[in-house]
Amino acid sequence: MAELTLVEAINDAFHTELGRDESVLVMGEDVGRAGGVFRATAGLRDKFGADRCVDTPLAEAGILGAAVGLCMAGWRPVCEMQYDAFSYPCLDQLITHVGRYRWRTRGGMGFPLVVRMPYGGGVRAPELHDDSPEAYYAHTPGVKVAIPSTPADAKGLLAAAIRDPDPVIVLEPKLHYRTMRGEVPAGEHVVPLGEARLAREGDDATIVAYGSMVPVAERAAEALEGEASIEVLDIRTLKPLDEGALLASAGKTGRVVIVQEAPRTAGYGAELAAILAEKAMLDLRAPVIRVTGYDVPYPYWQIEDAYMPSVERVVAAVRKTLEF
Amino acid sequence: MATEPTTTPQTLTSELALQMYEQMRRIRSFEERVNDLYRSAKMPGLAHLYIGEEAVAVGVCSALHRDDYITSTHRGHGHCLAKGASIERMFCELLGKEAGYCHGKGGSMHIADHEHGNLGANAIVGGSTGIATGAAFSAKSRRTGQVAVCFFGEGALGQGVLYEVMNMASLWQLPVIYVCEQNFYNEYTHYSETTAGEVAARPAAFGIPEEEVDGQDVRAVFDAACRAVERARSGGGPAFLTCATYRFHGHHVGDIDRGYYRSKDEEEQWRRRDPVEILAAWLVDRGIADRSKLERVDENLAAEIAAAADAALEAPYPDPREVNEHVYA
Ligand SMILES: Cc1ncc(C[n+]2csc(CCOP(=O)(O)OP(=O)(O)O)c2C)c(N)n1
Repeated sequence: MAELTLVEAINDAFHTELGRDESVLVMGEDVGRAGGVFRATAGLRDKFGADRCVDTPLAEAGILGAAVGLCMAGWRPVCEMQYDAFSYPCLDQLITHVGRYRWRTRGGMGFPLVVRMPYGGGVRAPELHDDSPEAYYAHTPGVKVAIPSTPADAKGLLAAAIRDPDPVIVLEPKLHYRTMRGEVPAGEHVVPLGEARLAREGDDATIVAYGSMVPVAERAAEALEGEASIEVLDIRTLKPLDEGALLASAGKTGRVVIVQEAPRTAGYGAELAAILAEKAMLDLRAPVIRVTGYDVPYPYWQIEDAYMPSVERVVAAVRKTLEF
Repeated sequence: MATEPTTTPQTLTSELALQMYEQMRRIRSFEERVNDLYRSAKMPGLAHLYIGEEAVAVGVCSALHRDDYITSTHRGHGHCLAKGASIERMFCELLGKEAGYCHGKGGSMHIADHEHGNLGANAIVGGSTGIATGAAFSAKSRRTGQVAVCFFGEGALGQGVLYEVMNMASLWQLPVIYVCEQNFYNEYTHYSETTAGEVAARPAAFGIPEEEVDGQDVRAVFDAACRAVERARSGGGPAFLTCATYRFHGHHVGDIDRGYYRSKDEEEQWRRRDPVEILAAWLVDRGIADRSKLERVDENLAAEIAAAADAALEAPYPDPREVNEHVYA
């Protein structure tokens, strides 16, 4: 075990996985010599060579397009998008090729690729450097989506994504890249996709969150100590979802608040709420409440606090379910 | 005040040359102040400084009318100012203040100034190439006589959308001028590692006339821009200018240790080709101005910049309720 920041844990996963499997390669803008704008790929080019840590032109659609062909030829490419919003040019390739080919070829062609990117706000960055685009990805058939909230999970989920036979999008909370430290198992460490993590046990209500909203949920739970016993479920993988863990927690507490940083309408929280409505109706003792961003472009830094789900908003939502 | 020519000047008068000097100086001083504000933590976010590249924006925009269009980039302060933006409203935008060009919602990388034909800076590399081309389509179809200038760094040569719209521009003979600011680096990677073949071959493939220009020499940029603008205005279709230039600072204000991707020696060599100094020497040499006259220009600008920055620092932030407004008509 070593104490690492979240981005160091990602770098650690890369060193381990590239060392373990020669078919894994990393590609993206400035990932090689510069080691990535957030230094997630630092040291890889020196250790594994420029063919396994490839500096690409400034061409997101081309990066993912080429990754599709690499997969067909037996590679496991990991593509870095420098920021969340710069991944939009690659969405096209993801939707038109990656999500469809396997299905169309009846499993004949697999796409063990990973697209990873820093996502989310709270870092006082300008617009188009703060988006939470998980819903676009989760909505695309054939694509899996994982979002870690701790350094250990950042390493373990990336390793799982790299080893997975299907395309996985990994969104990494950039807010916590360097501000969060935690124990990270050394060497090979895999957190299976599709398994939620119970971040905190409680009896009276459940806060469901992922990525950078998990610490917000935990702080809300702490703030409610003495008043109510709150469970926090970090779902970690949005697709495939650990439905069992979600339904078990809802069944235990009967009250659920879902926290999501992304805009509200058709966000991932709506999917969670729908599953609860379909499968946990008789367990629920209060309506499910979502605490989300607003249906606006991510705002500039001086008003971003008004946008981001805060501990106060989460606490208020939990109280509402408790008082229902 | 910024230069706002009402007709395209074809020759460089002494008066215009002095205006260009002032405008380049304005950009330089503005950005030096921006650098200070960031480094003293008064300005969050990201700022990509244009220092060293001023001759491109000023040379090109001096060949434009006020109602001609431009689109800009993540490194956009120079384009905005050269097209006539007010420094105070620029500072306000960078500081996130209500009085900024986007009411503080856009910041350094998203300044749009419709009044001066500036359709916007753009955080997405290559993101404004379609916009400029569409604006040129409108100018042609409505016969307004306007042209559109699309500024971008050579990094944008990697983005497919550029080629989609260059094809349209040539096919439909649109009055759009693609200005490639060739500063040799895409962030921390030398362009030769990201760009195959000759830059000039790309517009050539679409039948778009290309010209290579010394981007440190504002007079050369201006001449080339006048030629391209004149042709576009008179129905001759698009053009592509490649302006060789250099950013004197880092990719963004935080990029201080640059040794791993470019040498001190190279930086030194380019600094000796300072566009402001090159024009100043020419003005003096020609007897258009002496050093003390130029110093007075610099001093006046320093006062102008200081007053604007102070006013912007004092100005109010937008109301948080802004978050939910203006999303739909
Ligand atoms: C689509 C997209 N991908 C990546 C980025 C991140 N990024 C910002 S500037 C830049 C390099 C741009 O180089 P160039 O176009 O040559 O302009 P310069 O910075 O040299 O002025 C990159 C990769 C971005 N803004 N947009």
